[in-house]
Amino acid sequence: MTAQSLFEKVWQRHVVVPETDDTPAILYIDLHLTHEVTSPQAFDVLRARKLQVRRLDRTLATMDHSTPTDTAQIFGGLPIKLESAARQVRQLEVNCAEFGVNLLGLQDSRRGIVHIIGPEQGVTQPGKTIVCGDSHTSTHGAFGALAFGIGTTEVGYVLATQCLLQRKPKTLEIVVSGRLPAGVSAKDVVLAVIGRIGVNGGTGHVIEFRGAAIEAMSMDERMTVCNMSIEAGARAGMIAPDATTYGYLQGRPFAPSGTDWDRAVADWNTLRSDAGATFDKSVTLDASTLEPMITFGTNPGMVTTISGKVPERPGDPVFARSLAYMGLTAGERMAGKPVQVVFIGSCTNARLSDLEAAATVLRGRKVASGLRALVVPGSQQIKLEAERRGLARVFTDAGAEWRESGCSMCLGMNGDLVDAGQYCVSTSNRNFEGRQGIGARTLLASPASAAAAAVRGRVTDPREFLG
Amino acid sequence: MDPITVIRSRTVVMPSTHIDTDQIIPARFLTTTVREGLGAALFADWRYDTSGQPRPDFVLNQPAAQGCQVLVAGRNIGCGSSREHAPWALLDFGIRVVISTEIADIFRNNSLKNGLLPVVVDEATHEWLLANPGVEVEIDLPDSTLRLPDGRNVTFPIESFSRYCLMNGIDELGYLLSQMPAIERFERTREGA
Repeated sequence: MTAQSLFEKVWQRHVVVPETDDTPAILYIDLHLTHEVTSPQAFDVLRARKLQVRRLDRTLATMDHSTPTDTAQIFGGLPIKLESAARQVRQLEVNCAEFGVNLLGLQDSRRGIVHIIGPEQGVTQPGKTIVCGDSHTSTHGAFGALAFGIGTTEVGYVLATQCLLQRKPKTLEIVVSGRLPAGVSAKDVVLAVIGRIGVNGGTGHVIEFRGAAIEAMSMDERMTVCNMSIEAGARAGMIAPDATTYGYLQGRPFAPSGTDWDRAVADWNTLRSDAGATFDKSVTLDASTLEPMITFGTNPGMVTTISGKVPERPGDPVFARSLAYMGLTAGERMAGKPVQVVFIGSCTNARLSDLEAAATVLRGRKVASGLRALVVPGSQQIKLEAERRGLARVFTDAGAEWRESGCSMCLGMNGDLVDAGQYCVSTSNRNFEGRQGIGARTLLASPASAAAAAVRGRVTDPREFLG
Repeated sequence: MDPITVIRSRTVVMPSTHIDTDQIIPARFLTTTVREGLGAALFADWRYDTSGQPRPDFVLNQPAAQGCQVLVAGRNIGCGSSREHAPWALLDFGIRVVISTEIADIFRNNSLKNGLLPVVVDEATHEWLLANPGVEVEIDLPDSTLRLPDGRNVTFPIESFSRYCLMNGIDELGYLLSQMPAIERFERTREGA
């Protein structure tokens, strides 16, 4: 038998009808996650064509993008301030009730960012095909699942048939060898990867992240890495499941239990790239050479080390325009740049260990005077646990705002906004123009770097707070 | 969806590389529950000033852009979010073809599902199109060919089944539903039911 990659194994298991020159493969979808923003028009298609949701047991809905993070609007009886968002939330409730879809709704203790609650509930598992109408579905690949974002039309296809038409993508192996130095995080790794291969380096490919530095990562860290695969243009990123994966999953509500668990693990153990498996492309990075990273431009590939300078690219008008938007000049040092807002949250970095990393820096310190710091847990479960462990107290004592879970300031559609011209060190995934609000200037970085910026009021190397 | 065969139009050119879907339609317009009417929000932050007035220097606001159905964009247009609102907004504005050297995966997919034709061309053709905004081009879907005014014919790749659906004005759902016996068989085998 020819050696297969992890991706090829998972792909092959889900081919209902193989592809031909004339028709793409029909690919079976094990898990469909859905949310309020990209689903209403898909439910309308079901209605118009008199179709049902085919597999309710493979469909799970929640609300995260347009929901407010203000406690009064979630639990305090106040209506959702943003009227269109309130309508969208109501529409998801109506659609889920009408079609029988399991909804972790606004006040559900299991609600949260869709890519955080899937793993948290144990519904994300190795070897599954997982889709969602959201590009950061790549997050779930950290478990050895094939997980990718789709548009609303395809949301409708999956609701109706549990399948998608797909051409087989190419494969890209990214090996991160060696050991990460202290103070350098998974976020820095993935930002370095994107800086290296570019925001289109993964287009048409599924990435498999491998190597000693990846194997040494926790599941939270692996999710951060796979989450930003899409920022390199790849629809999916994958990591082979191992003891770390199983340790995370065991005992979670939707994870198999008893003898089913043993059978599942035996099967999951086969989900790794065979020795001799080939990839269409391969890239290698040495983790031991990496440093804390920060973006300076208007896409995640425009990234440098926090100790570094904004690069110079004379004669590139797009680059110049980007720097003009950011209010930065080529050759300028990033460290020391004043910032007005810090956002710690999003499907990239709002898990418990991210909050712990931020709290380590903020414990016993204060947010710089005049700076707004917003800490938004990725799920209500994480919120509870962070409160139980005293992390929430660290944040509020420091002068940061502590909110209900949701996508929040990652994207400007729920009321959490960065003002025009302000710099925001953000643990989210996209520094596109206007992403956090009209005219907002986003600097992407790790939770530790964001917390360090919050304390100093300027871009700061988090290693200054080590030890 | 109307069938697509041949589209003839002048081009409008946006040479920026990596035009992401947050630019095509910013997130604050995504709280809608319908797909209609999004053309007004197309490129909103580039197209309008802070008081909501059209910026005269933005290409889509210029008289020459009116009625253009072909957008020539810099490399890697459509990167970022999976929002299908991006092709919906472009179509609602009147754009029916997007040409670049590279088009991001999810955006390309979403475009094909809605009758917005993604056309990937070689560097030389792309450079010529960027340097000659407003030229009249012809996109022949049955022949998978882009015809330039100087007589050049450039073949573009397009997935065969998507092309079939676009030429016939049908979506893929009918085909998927017709395959239900195979889907049910697959489920029975896997789930041991």
